[in-house]
Amino acid sequence: MGVKLKALLKSPWVFHLSTGSCNNCDIEILDCLTPRFDIERFGMLLAGSIKHADVLLVTGSGNRKSMERVKRLYEQVPKPCLVVAIGECSLSRGMFIHSYNCPVPVDKVIPVDVYIPGCPPKPEAIIAGVVKLIGKVGGK
Amino acid sequence: MAKTIIPIGPYHPLQEEPEFFTLTVDGERVVDIDVRIGYNHRGIEKLSEMKTFDQSTFVIERICGICSTSHPFAYTRAVEDIIGVEVPERAKYIRTIIAEGERIHSHLLWLGLAGHFLGYNTVYMWAWKLREEILDVMEILSGNRNNYAMFKPGGVRRDIKSGDIPGVIKKIDSIVPTLTMLKKAVIDDPVLHARTKGIGVLSKEDAINYSALGPTSRASGVARDVRKDSPYGVYDKVEWDMIVTQNGDVFDKAVVRILEAFESIKIMKYCLLKLPKGEIDLNIKNIPPGEGIGHIEAPRGEVFHYVRSDGTNRPVRHKVRAPTFMNLPTYKATVVGETISDATIILAAIDPCYCCTERMAVRNIKGKKLYNGEDLIKLSQEKTEKVRRGLK
Repeated sequence: MGVKLKALLKSPWVFHLSTGSCNNCDIEILDCLTPRFDIERFGMLLAGSIKHADVLLVTGSGNRKSMERVKRLYEQVPKPCLVVAIGECSLSRGMFIHSYNCPVPVDKVIPVDVYIPGCPPKPEAIIAGVVKLIGKVGGK
Repeated sequence: MAKTIIPIGPYHPLQEEPEFFTLTVDGERVVDIDVRIGYNHRGIEKLSEMKTFDQSTFVIERICGICSTSHPFAYTRAVEDIIGVEVPERAKYIRTIIAEGERIHSHLLWLGLAGHFLGYNTVYMWAWKLREEILDVMEILSGNRNNYAMFKPGGVRRDIKSGDIPGVIKKIDSIVPTLTMLKKAVIDDPVLHARTKGIGVLSKEDAINYSALGPTSRASGVARDVRKDSPYGVYDKVEWDMIVTQNGDVFDKAVVRILEAFESIKIMKYCLLKLPKGEIDLNIKNIPPGEGIGHIEAPRGEVFHYVRSDGTNRPVRHKVRAPTFMNLPTYKATVVGETISDATIILAAIDPCYCCTERMAVRNIKGKKLYNGEDLIKLSQEKTEKVRRGLK
């Protein structure tokens, strides 16, 4: 494990990207930051700018208009960065698979490290997913 | 003087959904705004037309995660309007309970976000902690924290067990003291007064001219609420007050939402205590040809659904109009002349929801011809005619 990756896992700052979701996953992510679940205990903070982010939390069904922006944003993240796809939509487009505006799932556009299924996944599932990601990258 | 344009978005920390704002500013003052949306468009109306009436409910639920009751409620009412039936009494009560639970959690969510925008993170944390209790109640009643899947044309999918009711009422009662404390913390706070009073005023005339809906219009003194004006569910049987304030500023919009949460608790408790026995579903088999409308009061305002059926098992046309579609234009009336630092809270005050709003809309641009289906068929036929003449 490189020194950069080791530093990243100490206190991963997350940036939240919605690619045309129904708000539910996004709100469950915000729920993780509030007192009942409180992932700030583990050093995770919601970063205001993509340039401060270590982990990208991607939600949504991959809308045509927003995927262009997501590609550009992914180029701007300082590497190494980890990508977590949250919710059924970002995994396989779920219910919107036949939509004319959702041509490809998120992982066809940017590389994804962890998939968290659910519509929406519970905050517990999101926390478990992120913890698994840290364990996997840290070689535990 | 030179004007500066500040682009905000589409991905910015302000709101969880992507949308693009351009603020034209002259020094500190905002002189013009423009908004570009489309980052959330998923073609739900078209998807709904591909699915059967029963399946549609699940897609409609995913228009918006926060209003995941309001949209199916309006849709099922539209379908019932086509058939011309009334749902059983018990189903009406269950629908009202779920709709009011959603209103409480939506208003608390808004209160938290508004506190966050003002740099008042304590309110954010309190409100969202309290919101978890309501989500627990919803989980007991429906089995999920969000996306309840309780609605179907003709009734509800899941019954409320009588054994759950005492526990739920106890839980609802337990949030009242915390909510009262939160209300006092917001309404009596001198800093919040200074920050929100007289900011982003939407006058009564503007509210009427822009056809503002829900708490946005009620804060400006327009006493309009679908629950009172055209009662559905059991709202005509419950005693509750419509909260109307007169000033139309950010503070009044907050007050309307907080006090509405108390009214919702009252309605929810009444329905849980008076829940009648009986059927919960009509078991509708066929939907006759015809058209129907359904409108209900969502947390943000009136949701309107139009459904047309041709006698098959799928809707031919499904039109959705969400409250933010009407409320978002009022942002222009309220923000112009204010400072940049107030622009965020003024936008937040209308509680915008872009997922709800992003339906297909056609704008007529001068000088350009817009083709509809018939025009395209006509063009195609003309071309065939031309080719045929050429072959002769």
